[in-house]
Amino acid sequence: MKPELMKRMVKGPDGLEFEVEPLRDYYCEAAPTVMPGAYIKIVEDLFNWARSESIWILGFGTGCGAIEMRPLMTPRFDAYRYGVQWRPTPRQANLFIISGYLSVKTLKRAIRSYEQMQSPKYVIGLGSCTINGGMYWDSYNTIKRLDDYLPVDLYIAGCMPRPEALLAGFEDLKKIIRAGKGEGANQYAANFDWYKANQKKVIHDWDMPDYNW
Amino acid sequence: MDFDWMKVPYALLTLFIVFNFGLLQTALIQKIAARVGRRHGIPVWQNYIDLIKNYGQRSSITHGVMFYLGPVFRLSGGVGLLLFVPSLYGSEMFSNFSFAGDLILALYFVFFGTLGMALGAGESGHPHAAIGVSRGLAQVTAAELPFALAVFSVALQYQTLSVTEIVAAQQGGFLNWTVFTNPLAVTAAMLSFLGSMMRPPFDVVLAPQEIPIGPPTEYHSSYLALMQTNRAIFPVAKIVIYMNLFFGGATIWPEFFLKVFCIYLWSAFVGVVFPRFRVEQSIRWFLIWAVPIGVLSILIL
Repeated sequence: MKPELMKRMVKGPDGLEFEVEPLRDYYCEAAPTVMPGAYIKIVEDLFNWARSESIWILGFGTGCGAIEMRPLMTPRFDAYRYGVQWRPTPRQANLFIISGYLSVKTLKRAIRSYEQMQSPKYVIGLGSCTINGGMYWDSYNTIKRLDDYLPVDLYIAGCMPRPEALLAGFEDLKKIIRAGKGEGANQYAANFDWYKANQKKVIHDWDMPDYNW
Repeated sequence: MDFDWMKVPYALLTLFIVFNFGLLQTALIQKIAARVGRRHGIPVWQNYIDLIKNYGQRSSITHGVMFYLGPVFRLSGGVGLLLFVPSLYGSEMFSNFSFAGDLILALYFVFFGTLGMALGAGESGHPHAAIGVSRGLAQVTAAELPFALAVFSVALQYQTLSVTEIVAAQQGGFLNWTVFTNPLAVTAAMLSFLGSMMRPPFDVVLAPQEIPIGPPTEYHSSYLALMQTNRAIFPVAKIVIYMNLFFGGATIWPEFFLKVFCIYLWSAFVGVVFPRFRVEQSIRWFLIWAVPIGVLSILIL
């Protein structure tokens, strides 16, 4: 663990000494819980429809696939007309696109970003690398199966898939959400220990709390 | 004091109309900006869907009491601004709670939401939020100066602090509007208007391409939905003041919609033509170009 994350005594500017424990002070360690939908079905259906028509993507590109997302904002493909937008902060995002290969170093950041997103949230695996490693199948430093570490709702296969494939993927994701099957956040909460064990198996310098919302 | 309770449902009706108009208008302006960039842009009803979705998020977290109150202050700033100035001149139903000194209160409410936001964003503990809000306050303060000068000039011109009386003095043909009787004050106010609408070239505070995404970095779910509600109401409420002070007010709803849209379009037009300013550039711009015009408008009166 890094020295700045250790529990230690600090002397303040007014001369008072106090104890600092960064992992406890900066983060919350409460594990995620399964969150049921609205009690009345028609309300939940309305919410699911709204969620499907207003997909906000976290602006976080993990691999070479990130370059395929940019054309979607431009006049040629213009994903905004389908209710798809990019948000710069995980708090406001609903969809996390793992765009291509995911190195172990990035996986750590991806997990933190995913956990800061608010439920319900969705994950798309973009490109073959997220399915079976793709061309990085024998790399020592990338993960091979994204589904072991984060609950994936949808894969878009290819190396690389073109922006049109992404647009088609959004339409499929909309169908999944509208059918009430986009419950990745609850799946993550229900199988929390399994996901954490998998993540810790590959991330050796684990210097953050188990869950940080 | 004799209070007419029937004013309350009427004011709520105004709020309802303005809320829906604001949501549609914001989307339309975004669509126009997208068209300039040769995109189709969002559907006109997109804002409604975003709002439902954000209210329907299952989880939300808090960073403390002020974090809760930030969006609430912001929304009450927008709603208060709307409720204390008359929407339609001469209408019993849509004069809202306007009274003799409402111009001063309106000036205060314009700033109120930003201050609430500063407290809320400060408590969220995110460095981007703190940086964003200090930039925002600096810029809004600089933009507010010429507007305040213009308001003083108009108040001196008509010798009153009541918005209703100012509108009344402008009736009888468009040559009676302040824009023709006191053009310098209106120029200063319209330059200040650009700075407070959070559109380019003055949107460095909220622009996602800059320090992400400024004050609302930590806001999500229903907090964000409250702020989106305010994003629909506040611009219209602010434009209503501009319309009443400078462009003769409105007597019927279609006139109201048209005038508000045209004034909003002014900031959208400037926004798609000019690139974004940095904060210190925009402050310098307001102090060099807008404030002297405002001072001049008071001096020559």
